[in-house]
Amino acid sequence: MAGALLEVTGLSKRFGGFVALDGIDLSVAAGERVGLIGPNGSGKSTLVNCICGTLVNETGSVRFDGETVDGLLTHERTRRGMARSFQLPRPFTTLTVADNLRVPLLYTVNARPGRALSPTELDARCAELLQLVALADKRTHLPRDLTQVEMRKLELARAMAAEPKLLIADESMAGLSQSEVDDIVSLLIRLNERGITIILIEHIMRAVMKFSQRLIVLVSGKKIADGLPDAVIRDPEVERAYLGQ
Amino acid sequence: MELSFDLLINAVIAGILLGGFYTAVTLGVSISFGILDIVNIAHPAFIILGSYIAYIVNTRLGIDPIAVSILMLPVFYLLGAGVYQVYYESFERRGQESLRGLSFFFGLLFVTEVMLILVFGVDYRYVEAPYIGPSWRLGVMDFPLRMLVPCIAALTLFAALELYLSYTFIGRAIKAVAQDQLALRLMGASPVRIKRIAFGISIATASVAGALLIIIQPVEPSVGREYIGRVFAICVLGGLGSLPGTVIGAMLLGILESFTATFYGPSWAPAVAFGVLLLTLAFRPAGLLGR
Amino acid sequence: MRTRVFLLLLIAVAIVVFFATRWVNNDYVFFAGYTVLQFVVLSTAWNILGGYTGYVNFGSAAFFALGAYATVFLHKLYPLPIPLLIVVGGAVSGIVGLGMGYLTLRLRGAFFAIATLALAVVLQTLIVNWDYVGGSRGAYIIRPNEIALIGPYIQYLFLVMLALVVIALTVARGIERSRLGYGFATIRDDELAAEASGVPTLRLKLIATTLSGALMGMAGAPFPYYIGYLQPSSAFGLEYAVNSIAMPMIGGTTSWVGPLIGAILLGSLQQIATVTISSAVNLLIVGLLLVAFVIIAPNGIVGLVQGWIRRTK
Repeated sequence: MAGALLEVTGLSKRFGGFVALDGIDLSVAAGERVGLIGPNGSGKSTLVNCICGTLVNETGSVRFDGETVDGLLTHERTRRGMARSFQLPRPFTTLTVADNLRVPLLYTVNARPGRALSPTELDARCAELLQLVALADKRTHLPRDLTQVEMRKLELARAMAAEPKLLIADESMAGLSQSEVDDIVSLLIRLNERGITIILIEHIMRAVMKFSQRLIVLVSGKKIADGLPDAVIRDPEVERAYLGQ
Repeated sequence: MELSFDLLINAVIAGILLGGFYTAVTLGVSISFGILDIVNIAHPAFIILGSYIAYIVNTRLGIDPIAVSILMLPVFYLLGAGVYQVYYESFERRGQESLRGLSFFFGLLFVTEVMLILVFGVDYRYVEAPYIGPSWRLGVMDFPLRMLVPCIAALTLFAALELYLSYTFIGRAIKAVAQDQLALRLMGASPVRIKRIAFGISIATASVAGALLIIIQPVEPSVGREYIGRVFAICVLGGLGSLPGTVIGAMLLGILESFTATFYGPSWAPAVAFGVLLLTLAFRPAGLLGR
Repeated sequence: MRTRVFLLLLIAVAIVVFFATRWVNNDYVFFAGYTVLQFVVLSTAWNILGGYTGYVNFGSAAFFALGAYATVFLHKLYPLPIPLLIVVGGAVSGIVGLGMGYLTLRLRGAFFAIATLALAVVLQTLIVNWDYVGGSRGAYIIRPNEIALIGPYIQYLFLVMLALVVIALTVARGIERSRLGYGFATIRDDELAAEASGVPTLRLKLIATTLSGALMGMAGAPFPYYIGYLQPSSAFGLEYAVNSIAMPMIGGTTSWVGPLIGAILLGSLQQIATVTISSAVNLLIVGLLLVAFVIIAPNGIVGLVQGWIRRTK
């Protein structure tokens, strides 16, 4: 597909004898909102890790923004505009909430060619991001003082601070209440409206259906469906995969 | 230099015997570092402690050092279990293993050494046993009993541990601690309890290793430091968490050191372990047997 | 620049310390003071790697001894002024730090710690077998009695070490306030998340090991002149490895203040205690304090004081 922001071809990953991912092909266009679903252990997180460079895939290739990123380290991919949030929030525990956002600003935004942000601009950018996720009043707190949902928001804000072209949100809603889930979904949609392509990995179907323009289904390391959400969930193979477990 | 066959074969034998002894020294770390992921750099200090206990009982009561070390197994086990409890409460549970946990073990290593210096001074101590001195000869081959007995004792210890880990419920649970905490919970075992038992066993092996050490060579408090590099080099070389790998790694290092000592002089031997450690980490971090 | 103000302040304090010590006019104070200052440099250097990035270096003695033996080596070739020797000692130790880091830091943190622990043993083996620098017998360095402008040579050495303290503290504080400091903190907290935030973790870790090793080597470079007769056992002394960990741990590892406090407290205590009790007891106390602090007060004295201020507020 021409003009795709992310293009994964023939990607496979093994752990010993266990095949975690088996020849995955997928492509995401700029500006799209894609949902990625699949039962536990289907390889969703492994796929994210391979795309982001945390794990090294044995075969296949990842192209991002028109260039192959194979062999690049995670931080290099982040600098090119690929950001992710982690399934379990991994804040920098000894830094304040505001400083957690300062790190990607310093190391990603300021590391890109072009003008570096001045200290005042950095502060302003942090404040703006905190405003966006409604954490402004927790600015000077340490992450351990945050609630579960605030932690998830910090995780997303930190990914956003890197000014990504693509945001991969790995189960950012697990364990949240219904209203909190709605909160995060509308936040993600707002981000998308600012022009950021988003891949959402999620178990909560209500959130996925509300969010996604397209749905991709992984089962046992294989892609079994890829299309419009309504069509995909009526796919007999998808139904079997979900009901069969 | 002309390589004489006698020299060569005896260097190999000496290396294998030394490697056998290194197995005993490393088994404990293989369990703590390899299986439990606890970087117990104080292990050599416990070994030296074992040496001194063997020394005291041997000189006072004339009991065989290996017998002493076996009698002391429960004491060392309890000591290990106690140390683990402190480690768990203070570091592991708070997620501070890396910086403070390591410093804790470093402190233990250091405090034990200094206390031994204060009590016994820096003089070399040794034990008496009938097998220290005589040698078996088989043609040109030379088997000093001082090395042969520790080698056999060490391999017996290895066999006992391997059987225990493979065939008992707790042994299998210890192996599972490394790979699969979930499976462990399904087996109905508490990870903390299993780790405490395993760490106790790991320290208990230091009792035996200490007795073997003082049979092989006279001991003073700082001898332990020479073993830190060796122990971890063997552990990494053999592949973390694998006891048979430990035996192979120990034998390899033993032979390498024996060759170095024979052909370059014994004062270079301590550097071999470090070289092996760095090369393994650089080229085969999963160990020789790892994928 | 706030770092510049800090540097000027530090230099002012150093000048006051120097003249105050001169005013006391007792050689022993200079000798004891030198050792305390040397520990300030060592523990600050250790903390740049250990405290900021969370990677433990057990081989401080090795890096220190490398600096000292670089001086012995050069001294035999051609006598150089001490500031130059410091540069060379720092370069040698920095390069060794970089090499060790490169081989082990791509793996789990524990491997680096273990490798540094073994490094001391190996370097000592090398030095013992190297006759050119004195081997196991040791090497004599004849120290001049006087030096121009300052007077007694020990006062000159004291001044040199004071300058190294200024450099070490400025570097440490500079790092804390910079982008590098944030990067180091993320490595300490979570390397995976750091990478995902664009932090080049390996490069930063290598910067930390190199800087930390270099500062330790710099602290060791003037040592042969101080001690006059350098033996492997004194250059690789246990007290360096232990103190450079214990002092930051007891003082507090999160900022430059901790190692400074820890080094001044423990260093002075040991200088006083060596006169009254044996050095072994001395080291035992340091070891026990280290164990006690990591268990009971994980953030050291600085952490205790911060906690106390927070409670009384």
